[in-house]
Amino acid sequence: MYRYDSYDQSIVDARVEEFRDQTQRRLAGQLTEDQFKPLRLMNGLYLQLHAYMLRVAIPYGTLSGRQMRKLGEIAAKYDRGYGHFTTRQNLQYNWIKLADAPDILAELATVEMHAIQTSGNCIRNISSDQYAGVSADEVADPRPWAELLRQWSTFHPEFTYLPRKFKIAVIASEDDRSAMRLHDIGLKLVSRDGRTGAEVYAGGGMGRTPMVAPLIRDFVPEDEIVSYLEACLRVYNRYGRRDNKYKARIKILVHELGVEEYKRQVEEEFAHMRTLGLNPPTEELDRIRAYFAGPAYETGLEDSIDRSDPAFALWVDRQVAAHKQPGYAIVNISLKPRGGIPGDASAEQIALVAELAEQYSLDELRVTHAQNLVLPHVKMADLHAIWQKLDEAGLAEANLDLITDIIACPGLDYCSLANARSIPLAQKLSERFAAADRQKELGELKVKISGCINACGHHHAGHIGVLGVDRKGVENFQLSLGGSGAEDASVGQITGPGFSEDGVVDAIEKVTNLYLEQREEGERFLDTYRRLGMKPFKEAIYG
Amino acid sequence: MVEFLSFREGETGQEPAVTVESFTGQSNSTAVRIEAGEDARELLPHLDRLSLVEVNFPAFGDGRGYSAARILREAGYQGELRAVGDVLVDQIVAMRRCGFDSFRPDKALDDAAVERALHRYDDVYQKTIDGRRPIWAKRHPETVNG
Ligand code: HEM
Ligand code: SF4
Repeated sequence: MYRYDSYDQSIVDARVEEFRDQTQRRLAGQLTEDQFKPLRLMNGLYLQLHAYMLRVAIPYGTLSGRQMRKLGEIAAKYDRGYGHFTTRQNLQYNWIKLADAPDILAELATVEMHAIQTSGNCIRNISSDQYAGVSADEVADPRPWAELLRQWSTFHPEFTYLPRKFKIAVIASEDDRSAMRLHDIGLKLVSRDGRTGAEVYAGGGMGRTPMVAPLIRDFVPEDEIVSYLEACLRVYNRYGRRDNKYKARIKILVHELGVEEYKRQVEEEFAHMRTLGLNPPTEELDRIRAYFAGPAYETGLEDSIDRSDPAFALWVDRQVAAHKQPGYAIVNISLKPRGGIPGDASAEQIALVAELAEQYSLDELRVTHAQNLVLPHVKMADLHAIWQKLDEAGLAEANLDLITDIIACPGLDYCSLANARSIPLAQKLSERFAAADRQKELGELKVKISGCINACGHHHAGHIGVLGVDRKGVENFQLSLGGSGAEDASVGQITGPGFSEDGVVDAIEKVTNLYLEQREEGERFLDTYRRLGMKPFKEAIYG
Repeated sequence: MVEFLSFREGETGQEPAVTVESFTGQSNSTAVRIEAGEDARELLPHLDRLSLVEVNFPAFGDGRGYSAARILREAGYQGELRAVGDVLVDQIVAMRRCGFDSFRPDKALDDAAVERALHRYDDVYQKTIDGRRPIWAKRHPETVNG
């Protein structure tokens, strides 16, 4: 894992002091809320329905045990004893007092963490694959790139007042576990003639106009990625729309100019940028890479496990993924217990996972965009012990990628922009489909819920997506089918008129029943939908 | 309170700045003002006769002027580059990094706040045209000169 050197640490420390100063000026009445707002937003502090919300960055989703433990301590000390893991590989605290915020940032800084650029119209936390470094099929570990870009984007002098927020993802496998093409810029590492570089996708995003990012360059060598991104961002900063915040994301610029024209402008800017010496030397990427070099795995380990306990076997089949190193496994920890709030974890659960990471996973863990956690380096021989501890803490749900592994945004329970409550709906669905064999029968089925059109819950990318809308003052839920955030990325289609909360649960049951009737050998829900199209599903729901 | 802030040696431009349109259309002016959304590159053929470029920030959140400034400096402009309009104290450092060397904010700035902002961060991650050595250069002094 990356460790800060004195440069990184002093920047984060200075930021804490700067924010402490700004907060004191606000509390003393020297700054008005209007003046303070842009400053607090640059530090991830939002004012929500009931309290301040603080969003902490988890760069590329990687944490050490010590960092995780600190997140739990903060939840216990400053919040109501829990934290919320989000689709952006961030952690949100929902019940923060303004006067405490500088102290929280100071505590985070002691474990090399921060909330810098977790909101505002700047380059946000860089996301990556939760299996980075441990999946067998990756070209290279994408995280050194992500760390290089984290540093490059931190307080970028030219790109801090962009037309709108800007999200970058970096992946390196054919399997896209990060919704890479739904980011403003997505990088996919590839290898060409023995050199590593990136395919660059630009103009993806969700919100009210969802778009899957098109490819704009098939290879940028690693030692030119910074100057190429500067070119992409400069074109956007200059020409992205600023007249209407709903049309301000880069996806609209790329769409309005056309991909070819955007590409042309970027290439022209890049030809200029690459003469300016903006790229760190290869030694810098090598320096960062050294931190991510595989840990010291043991060899000759036992590769089989005792499956005699059926509950354990069920969990293994669902939650454990193949590791590149023989004798090791990747453990997915579900934050979607039956009837629970997706992505929420209590301070005690966070502390337990920190301990498990230290004891069993070479002191490393990951957070995923599906609001779950991962222990990336677990010995097969330790799986049973881990499962028992998770089970005692209510963390042994076996539902990865199943219908109850629901993504949901905070919705009207917390969010000031919401039209509808996402959490109670997620809870109802989780109860309705709780039976383990039914879930297993339905197979991979990604349900994603957003409480308004901003799409924080990725509903456009759900195999089944639900969007909360306001219909004459009453909460109403629109259903969409056929979206995907994976390598086969697509945007879901709305089925038709919306439903009440119970109505949408019934409708989802109907579409899943139709799938079970109609599916062909080996088809997931998404495949059946793609083969049959919307019509039969619509009939099943409304007919 | 600070109404005008300059980091230049000696005189600063006094002449009223004209619009880009009148400047490029045969004006003898040596001072021009760029509005957000205007293309700074239109000035590139005329840089040698310019002594002051003002870049207007209609709202602090409109970041187009940062690109305009960097473009001018990257093209070798040596004259005064002044940020005017809704310029806040928390933006001065980033603006300096993009090449601005004078500031005339709509609302005067607090002296102490300016001092604090200027000395808050010792080091920077990015290379720009301001001549500061980025952190990556300091980390690799053998490979990165200058
Ligand atoms: C509770 C406070 C929150 C507020 C006020 C908020 C606000 C917004 C807004 C306004 C947008 C639309 C941006 C646009 O289309 O230009 C957005 C998009 C998004 N937010 Fe949130 N959000 C919140 C919480 C969350 C949470 C908890 C998550 C993760 C679960 C999240 C993840 C996202 C994602 C993934 C998008 C879509 C990005 C895209 O359009 O490409 N947000 N958010
Ligand atoms: S989708 Fe809407 S309701 Fe949900 S968190 Fe985002 S802004 Fe709030």
